[in-house]
Amino acid sequence: MSITIVYTIATLSVIGTSAAVILYFVAQKFKVYEDPRINEVEENLPAANCGGCGYAGCRAFAEACVKASDLGDLYCPVGGNETMNKVAEILGLEAVKKDARVAYIRCNGTCEHRPKTNIFDGATTCAIASSVYSGETDCQWGCLGYGDCFDACDFDAIELRADLGVPRITDDMCVACGACVDACPKDLIELRKKFPKNRKVVVACRNKDKGGVARKACSVACIGCGKCEKECKFDAITIENNLAFIDSDKCKLCRKCVPVCPTNAIIEENFPPRKIKQEEKEECSTAK
Amino acid sequence: MRMLKTFKTGGVHPPENKLSATSPIEVLSLPDTVFIPVAQHIGAPAIPVVQRGDQVKVGQVIAKSSSFVSTNIHSSVSGKVKKVDFQADSSGYPKQGIFIDVKDDEWLEEIDRSEELKKDFDLDGPEIVKKIQEAGIVGEGGATFPTHVKLVPPKGMKADILIINGVECEPYLTSDHRLMLEKADEILVGTRLLMKALNVNKAVIGIENNKPDAIQLLSDKVKNDPGIEVAGLKVKYPQGGEKQLIKALTGREVPSGGLPVAIGAVVSNVGTAFAVYEAVQKNKPLFERVVSITGKGIEKPSNFRVRIGTPTSALIEAAGGLPEDTGKIISGGPMMGRAIASLEVPVTKGTSGILLMTQNESKRDEVISCIRCSRCVSACPMGLEPYLLMTLAEKQIFDRAEDEKIMDCMECGSCSYTCPSNRPLLDYIRFGKGKVGQIIRSRKK
Repeated sequence: MSITIVYTIATLSVIGTSAAVILYFVAQKFKVYEDPRINEVEENLPAANCGGCGYAGCRAFAEACVKASDLGDLYCPVGGNETMNKVAEILGLEAVKKDARVAYIRCNGTCEHRPKTNIFDGATTCAIASSVYSGETDCQWGCLGYGDCFDACDFDAIELRADLGVPRITDDMCVACGACVDACPKDLIELRKKFPKNRKVVVACRNKDKGGVARKACSVACIGCGKCEKECKFDAITIENNLAFIDSDKCKLCRKCVPVCPTNAIIEENFPPRKIKQEEKEECSTAK
Repeated sequence: MRMLKTFKTGGVHPPENKLSATSPIEVLSLPDTVFIPVAQHIGAPAIPVVQRGDQVKVGQVIAKSSSFVSTNIHSSVSGKVKKVDFQADSSGYPKQGIFIDVKDDEWLEEIDRSEELKKDFDLDGPEIVKKIQEAGIVGEGGATFPTHVKLVPPKGMKADILIINGVECEPYLTSDHRLMLEKADEILVGTRLLMKALNVNKAVIGIENNKPDAIQLLSDKVKNDPGIEVAGLKVKYPQGGEKQLIKALTGREVPSGGLPVAIGAVVSNVGTAFAVYEAVQKNKPLFERVVSITGKGIEKPSNFRVRIGTPTSALIEAAGGLPEDTGKIISGGPMMGRAIASLEVPVTKGTSGILLMTQNESKRDEVISCIRCSRCVSACPMGLEPYLLMTLAEKQIFDRAEDEKIMDCMECGSCSYTCPSNRPLLDYIRFGKGKVGQIIRSRKK
């Protein structure tokens, strides 16, 4: 063995050892303490990084949870109560139980109900179309159908329906992250309380025009007549600016508002077929 | 022949198609009902001062200016106020306005209806500005900026040159051209009034040399007037843009985000100069304007003198009806105008033309990928990079878009026009501008 190789090995070993020693002390000196619970919390989060909690991602949410003194304002909509219970357990805090939510597009202005009165041939995004003009139909409030919500959804929960002209949300896929709510320039999408079996009673309209104008543009527009408001025993329905709104937190799914709506603007979904009228009271009590 | 002036950066040469250039201005008969929007200008909307059932005369104020950057709105017809309500404008969104049922044609007495030319005036600057403000005059080139605001430069700034914009670089439109040919004397008096109001002793009237008759006529008329000069310009779009015209005529450049008066120039349209003449010399507020109605499919492309508030349908009717293969109806020119979704949209102070495009012309071709040819960069008259701005708007990177001076875009459409991949550059840039504008406004608050 040549002496050069011996020298080389020796020199490199000395450099390596001394660098290791220096680095050891430097690492001790500049050590950043990180709460080990952050990693633990993060492992229990869904890792969707959707931003539905209001933080930049799951890691940021985990950091916020560990810092927080109570979990009142922190909620992961994707993981729901189950995840939050686990997080609370790790941190020794109390989780606040929240109702699961689901997004709903409040427009039923399909091609059949809402005829097109002009054609838009600009860049096909909702944001641009709505900044240029009111839309292809006479309803300036309704869905444009270019699918900005579809693009925003990371969970494949939104389906573009060319046959309808408006997108639809698949309830079981929706995690209520709220990305579509922010993406919709017409503010049509609402996060509503999720009922068992995905049942819902909802005013599928955002038209704030006076009744006649609204009806002329779309056959299923809410005309703000107030019949549903009178019918509701739970104060869940309010009328503002010629438009009815059902508060999903107050709604008991009694469905009484549905038949009184003269324009069929109120929609019921995933209910068994209606029985004869006398038995409706039973439905009411079985509903949660 | 000496070299004709033009601006240097960018520009395109769309086919001119000035179909209505030889049709003299005709007076359009009065419609049955007019809808006069209260927001026909940049700035705060005017506030209606009439109610349902009120009788109004032609020239009467029906909505009052609500702040300095705002203007009065005058009735363009006589009759009874039907209602004060909302109706969709060219954007499709409802805007407030006043509906008037037309009865007879009774003008306010103080308006001088004679055709006689009134050359002399002995008013001082502020008096002229006051008259212009009361008459509700706005820039008639399309931007509809209140003229009286332009005439009062911010503190510390002083104009030294008035530029009268007779460029009319938009294809198809001929309203300014016809006005220059038929009302040249009036425009010159208007120019002198504006010079007096601004206290400048130099004015240049810029006209593109595709209108040699107008250049000839106006040059002859200003021969003995040392203050006013007529300058022929090389044809190039968008030379009618304020900043481009200043650059072409004076060589000065308006700083980014600044006003033209910062470099001593004020620009007014020939239509505005004519309106100023009428307002000051004839006491006639701005309630009618010249509108070209044109298009390849249309039976007789014409220029009409139209009362504000007249529905578009009445104009089309007068020009021979709606052609069968109409693909788009555009308020304004083909480059900067906007398509309208309803024929009920009224003529406003900023409507320079109604263009009916055939289906073939209006069709957008299929959008394909950007090939990085940089034609849009060469075409941009503001020296921006449209392909980049489009991407930034698309990806919603608004802070970077602001750094890339997206707000300097004047939406002339040269980039979209020139793109070989048919990319909707301007659609995205306009969207980005809107968002960046919002961000800037919220930051100021």
